[in-house]
Amino acid sequence: MTITLPEDSVGIVEPQQLHFDEPLSLRSGKVLPAYDIVFETYGELNTKKSNAILICHALSGDHHAAGYHNGDTKKPGWWDSCIGAGKAIDTNLFFVVCMNNLGGCGGSTGPASKDPETGKYFGPDFPVVTVRDWVKSQVMLMDRLEIPKWAAVVGGSLGGMQALRWAISYPERIAHAICIAAAPKLSAQNIAFNEVARQSITSDPDFHQGYYLEHGTYPKQGLILARMVGHITYLSDSAMRAKFGKTVSDFETEKTNFGRDLRSGKLSFGFDVDFQVESYLHYQGERFSENFDANTYLLMTKALDYFDPSVDFEGNLSNAFLNSDCKFMLVSFTTDWRFPPERSRELVNDLLKAGREVTYLEVEADQGHDAFLLPIPRYISAFRSYLCRVHEEICQDAS
Amino acid sequence: MRPDLEIIQQWIEPESRVLDLGCGNGTLLNYLKNTKQVRGIGLEIDEENIQCCIQNGVNVIEQNLDHGLSNFQSGSFETVLLAQTLQALSNPDRLIDEMLRIGERGIVTFPNFGNWKSRLYLATKGRMPVSKFMPHQWYDTPNIHFCTVKDFDALCKIKNIRVLTRTVVDSQHQGSWAVKSWPNFLGEIAIYHITKG
Repeated sequence: MTITLPEDSVGIVEPQQLHFDEPLSLRSGKVLPAYDIVFETYGELNTKKSNAILICHALSGDHHAAGYHNGDTKKPGWWDSCIGAGKAIDTNLFFVVCMNNLGGCGGSTGPASKDPETGKYFGPDFPVVTVRDWVKSQVMLMDRLEIPKWAAVVGGSLGGMQALRWAISYPERIAHAICIAAAPKLSAQNIAFNEVARQSITSDPDFHQGYYLEHGTYPKQGLILARMVGHITYLSDSAMRAKFGKTVSDFETEKTNFGRDLRSGKLSFGFDVDFQVESYLHYQGERFSENFDANTYLLMTKALDYFDPSVDFEGNLSNAFLNSDCKFMLVSFTTDWRFPPERSRELVNDLLKAGREVTYLEVEADQGHDAFLLPIPRYISAFRSYLCRVHEEICQDAS
Repeated sequence: MRPDLEIIQQWIEPESRVLDLGCGNGTLLNYLKNTKQVRGIGLEIDEENIQCCIQNGVNVIEQNLDHGLSNFQSGSFETVLLAQTLQALSNPDRLIDEMLRIGERGIVTFPNFGNWKSRLYLATKGRMPVSKFMPHQWYDTPNIHFCTVKDFDALCKIKNIRVLTRTVVDSQHQGSWAVKSWPNFLGEIAIYHITKG
């Protein structure tokens, strides 16, 4: 059977894996003696190796950013809407690299990998890695791929924080940092949500202090709950009203429905699922729990909580950017209440204070934090145009 | 390029830092970047203009001038520009203070409401002037703070602002002898190069 994939898709892609024997010193003081990195690439690296873009994934992402895996031609990579021929990140122009971050569960070394020294799963003994550590490992991958400088490092949410870290730690190795729906650091509210998610996981009887794989099980209920609470923070009130408020009757319009669509048409007067939104969250949680490692979730949320590049600069973030000689593009979305526009504006202001070149867009969008993954016309055209500029600069440098 | 921008660009030094308030589609900043290697940033709120700026390779920040410029450091730019935007601001006087806090010099251009055409229109019709140049009706105009050359001169005096150069041009953007002699009567666009007194 021949399957036709969309023309602008990068097509069937195969993850690649590299082993690294050079020990990686982590921010916690611990050392990861050796590790594997799984990644995908799309497009062609030019002869000058100047057209490479690094995509950094967010909390639950992985290296599979675009195209399809063999045998799964239904579900493309997590950012397929933006990566492909003629798309915002145009694979006709750029060589795109996306790796699974260390501590992840997509194939790179993480808690669900086996420790070669003991032959057992790392589980909770896998060291806590931070955004800084990830970027260090991304440099290792970059060197192995013999890419001297990224044309751009791009990421949304936690991915955007990695782009910022690149700009601070390795400014000479990136030309542009594109940071979408991110924040300079998490607020108490952000951390609070993460803690609820972590508590859901660690209080699951199947968690076994993190050694669940040794017990041949995993904290499914905990993961479901963690994802449910997370998912709520990715959506906006208006997005939920629109998504779950489709019932129109003689006395109700989509506007007055408030997103209160019932699952079975009537109330149960019990404690089962009554509303569509409940059923949706259960479904999302269930699906997530089958594909994601609980220890990785704990670790990724900690990486988010710990992110604060101003710590090395006595709390002054703009000083962190004093040597960041790359150019910046930031985008925020109006209904994103996880990392609202104010947080991006704080970043913009610190970048301006440091004398950096910044482009900033505040995009009107109903979809909340999730908007960064969605094909919102204004956002996509700006993103595409900005990357055209990045490409023009590459061409100018070459001539 | 718009003729007032043609005049402005002569006052910008190569490789200087320029902040363009209400930068439109980024034409001037793009020109300055390509011809004078200027490090420029534009502020704009119109979505289409912002998109054009990005296409022009201009650094643009979505920011409403009426919300102030407190996010810009004092003395962080050589020149701060305000081209054809003064009349649309809620607090033009405060913005001019801010311009001269942030930049060593400011450039302000605005339509001169003291021009004879406006005067004649008001005098004969008794209504707010509407022209090709100022096409809006009074109730739906973005231009809420029109002023004349004399008004602006007076403001500069009150604020102790030093006018480095004042150029007033007519609709052909010609600074003829007559326009120079009666700027507030014949000039249609006023272009001021200012600094702190």
